Amino acid sequence: MSDLTRKTAVELSELMAGGEASSVEITQAHLDRIAAVDTSVHAFLHVDAEGALAQAADVDTRRAAGERLGPLAGVPLALKDVLTQDGVPTTAGSKILEGWKPPYDSTVVKRLKAAGIVILGKTNMDEFAMGSSTENSAYGTTHNPWDLGRIPGGSGGGSSAAISAYEAPLAIGTDTGGSIRQPAAFTGTVGVKPTYGGTSRYGLIALASSLDTPGPCARTTLDAALLHEVIAGYDPMDSTSIDQAVPPVVEAARRGDVSGLRIGVVRELGGEGYQPGVEARFREAVELLTKLGAEVVEVSCPHFQYALPAYYLILPSEASSNLAKFDAMRFGLRVGDDGNNDAEKVMSLTREAGFGDEVKRRIMLGTHALSSGYYDAYYGQAQKVRTLIARDFARAYEQVDVLVSPATPTTAFAIGDRIDDPIAMYKNDLCTIPSNLAGNAAASFPCGLADEDGLPVGFHVMAPVMRDELLYQVGSALETALTEQWGGVLMSKVPELEVTR
Amino acid sequence: MTVVADVLDLDAALEQFDPVMGLEVHVELNTKSKMFCGCPTEFGAPPNTQTCPVCLGLPGALPVVNVRAVESAIKIGLALNCEIAEWCRFARKNYFYPDMPKNFQTSQYDEPIAFNGWTEVVVDGETYRIEIERAHMEEDTGKSTHVGGATGRIHGASHSLVDYNRAGIPLIEIVTKTIEVPPAKAAAVARAYVSMLRDLLLALDVSDVRMDQGSLRCDANLSLKPRGSSVLGTRTETKNVNSFRSVERAITYEITRQAAVLVAGGKILQETRHWHEDTGITTSGREKSDADDYRYFPEPDLVPVAPSREWVEEIRATLPEAPPVRRARLQTEWGFTDLEMRDVINGGALELILRTVDLGVGAAAAKKWWLGELARAANESGKELGDLGVGPAEVFEVQKLVDSNALNDKLARQVFDGLVKGEGTVAAIIESRGLALVSDDSALSEAVDRAIAANPDVVEKVQSGKPAAAGALIGAVMKDMRGQADAAKVRELVNTKLGI
Amino acid sequence: MPSITREEVAHLARLARIELSDEELDHLAPQLDQIIGLVAQVSEVAAEDIPPTSHALPITNVMRQDVNVPCLTPEQALSGAPAAEEQRFRVPRILTEEA
Repeated sequence: MSDLTRKTAVELSELMAGGEASSVEITQAHLDRIAAVDTSVHAFLHVDAEGALAQAADVDTRRAAGERLGPLAGVPLALKDVLTQDGVPTTAGSKILEGWKPPYDSTVVKRLKAAGIVILGKTNMDEFAMGSSTENSAYGTTHNPWDLGRIPGGSGGGSSAAISAYEAPLAIGTDTGGSIRQPAAFTGTVGVKPTYGGTSRYGLIALASSLDTPGPCARTTLDAALLHEVIAGYDPMDSTSIDQAVPPVVEAARRGDVSGLRIGVVRELGGEGYQPGVEARFREAVELLTKLGAEVVEVSCPHFQYALPAYYLILPSEASSNLAKFDAMRFGLRVGDDGNNDAEKVMSLTREAGFGDEVKRRIMLGTHALSSGYYDAYYGQAQKVRTLIARDFARAYEQVDVLVSPATPTTAFAIGDRIDDPIAMYKNDLCTIPSNLAGNAAASFPCGLADEDGLPVGFHVMAPVMRDELLYQVGSALETALTEQWGGVLMSKVPELEVTR
Repeated sequence: MTVVADVLDLDAALEQFDPVMGLEVHVELNTKSKMFCGCPTEFGAPPNTQTCPVCLGLPGALPVVNVRAVESAIKIGLALNCEIAEWCRFARKNYFYPDMPKNFQTSQYDEPIAFNGWTEVVVDGETYRIEIERAHMEEDTGKSTHVGGATGRIHGASHSLVDYNRAGIPLIEIVTKTIEVPPAKAAAVARAYVSMLRDLLLALDVSDVRMDQGSLRCDANLSLKPRGSSVLGTRTETKNVNSFRSVERAITYEITRQAAVLVAGGKILQETRHWHEDTGITTSGREKSDADDYRYFPEPDLVPVAPSREWVEEIRATLPEAPPVRRARLQTEWGFTDLEMRDVINGGALELILRTVDLGVGAAAAKKWWLGELARAANESGKELGDLGVGPAEVFEVQKLVDSNALNDKLARQVFDGLVKGEGTVAAIIESRGLALVSDDSALSEAVDRAIAANPDVVEKVQSGKPAAAGALIGAVMKDMRGQADAAKVRELVNTKLGI
Repeated sequence: MPSITREEVAHLARLARIELSDEELDHLAPQLDQIIGLVAQVSEVAAEDIPPTSHALPITNVMRQDVNVPCLTPEQALSGAPAAEEQRFRVPRILTEEA
């Protein structure tokens, strides 16, 4: 059944429960879809057909034996290539890890496997998650299924594009400054950044340790909530993981009732630099939520304007240290070991050859920001700005339950448009970065297509720490209402991709 | 090719300069698992058999703090009279080196777990107080062996092989404040400090403190202050100081070397130097410069450690009695004079004697062996008393054999010689070297008869009223038996046969 | 007035063990300069008495018991090694003694 790829995870689960489709059939259908369209989309870096079909067969066997399985058992998923999977190539989008097969599973992967979810393969990303377009991948960029000449967003462009191209109903991404939410917005899909510490970072190739957060991607809110529940929760292998119950995200997604909910529109996240079509869809979504019973006010978060500079100090600093381990000694690429060059030389030659431009820029920036003499003014100061931003959120949350903004200032831009202008590229993340700095939960939900270009617009919701369910409450309400308006989810409007072979 | 530096005569140096010292001691903890992961910490395991993604520094791995390491750190801090931090963090010390799995060391920077302490050392009956700056937690690196060069040294090596079993093992770094004591005592005080620290850490049961195995390491910092001046000189740091004796010798050498430079009008380079035990000199290592900016920042993968005051008091209650109190008590129990006790302390034998006594050996006998035969062997081989391969258990075994007349003193000394040389167990050595005392009375009797027959003049002397002359007969029998006879028994037999 | 000079960028590359070519230096240095101009904006905020934040929740004392857990086999540990010899990681010659 080719339309197996158009089903939601929930629908697939129901089909399997009812005996109308097997996980192997469903997995095969998605593998076929990948084979058909991925030469154009290039969402995947590695497809593990054998492994996936084996996982699927195992789920089918267990189901047939009467075993009680979780709600997503047998459903296929695409995994951002930044999370380790034992024995499967993991590159983080970089040449320096070409061919590396980790000898261990990340906690996220462990939980996916335990839930019976079938991992189809590893998706493309900006190198070491540094980027907002996936153009920084050492393995070529991913193309936005809505318009193949455009970027899908980044750093997790592969995961969102895979979902948007119907190559998988579910995906996992990681969000450090918007890397799940921004591609979700650009591809008309749902992307959630859980509360920092709500999902385990063990096995996540680190970019910025105090910001990185694994999260779910899907085409619908309920699918995302079910996946969120699978991967979230305390992990003793991650010292920064939160030892509290997972917020009731599935319940909230099912309920989707916003009557009485207080919503704050962030004044600073809009206006100049924002595409009119994006702002139009955003305002309409806000009005819609009002009609559904929410109370909307404007709130000011005056320090948000410093979020971008603070972020581009904290991230490179932590990343410069995190990426020091890529030194050609224990794993990964080794260049220049001719029997004459000493270890330091080999390290330097390898890192020169193995890292792309953006990675080099951020490593050097971070090295600079941490240097004695500069630490207080740069890294030290940025961590203080972080406190001010967290206080802006805290003050806002005294007045409202959630904050909203557009997910991005613009729709997806053309491939090549911003690649030579790092700062223009950084500005993609203006709306998403504040929640990473504060560690709040945040998500992007599709809210329409921009008039100018017919490209998807994302509606950004931010909730207090460990109140992730509020995201799903809002997202679900919006989705239901918009689906009614459109006669289907936004994704039903995506152009048909040309099928190769 | 190392250039041997000029040195000034020690006395001359001490006349003109005051040595100012700082000692940094690294202690490898005896926890079962590593600082940030659950890998085993056994010494001597086959290479790379005790590693995991965390201590290998594989992408994606994360550290989790070992509670027993924190407890040991607090114990050490309390034993050194430190304040224990109410809240502290780990920090990353960033630098590149092939045996560093992450190319940063997770350590502590400006927030150590223990700080502002003090301790005392006793040298030649005088007590010196040493201020402790801090004690903090960090992790050990992997171990490299260098291949292709001469004697495994780094120079001329073609490549290196790295074993990460040691990477991640918990270390506590103990840093003193500057130590200023009477110049002539400086080196001895430094030695005594390290020795005292070793005893303290053994008593706390937080480490094996084997300098020969690297679980206790010392870096010695030294600068010279011209007499009468308050201006501190430039400091050097000397590494590879692998025994108490080396501490004393290295400090002494650096005093003489630096003095020679200064007297000749030169400047001391702020650098790391390498101690060579075989040649007794330090050589130049790396120049310390701005390149040593470690870009410290708080470790984002870990959360702060905030030991509750209740926990600290619980730990304090488990501390053994303070060293001076303990020393006094043991001296009384053992019946040693002040001088004897001083020798014990100076010889670094306190813990060893104590453990030997605990096994059942008399204190005097324990002291005799540890400060006698074994100290001699230590001196000859340049090893520490505790690193000879002879432990309290062996001393107990040998003394037991002496007590039961299976060995005499002379034979016992030969057994110790065999033990130090690694020839095997006590029993094996006695067997292979044929050291057992002859207990066969008839054999002894025959030997006595032979001696009597061979020395008629001595017999005559004895029988004519000089019983002391029998000593010569006893000597003859002992020689005949190659020393493997109980002298007392021989004397008895001689006396019986001669009728005295 | 540049925030950072080409020489300083070259120094950073050395500190970070990245062997940049002259062309790359020409290309990256001005970009870095621009970015530093952007991030320096953090100094515009008055924050003397503000404590720094590193984590969303003030978690402390996350520790594990001192027990052993299964480790990697040597084969697993060495599986990614660019070069191995005698069950160890083989690395190019090291010139300097450790710090």
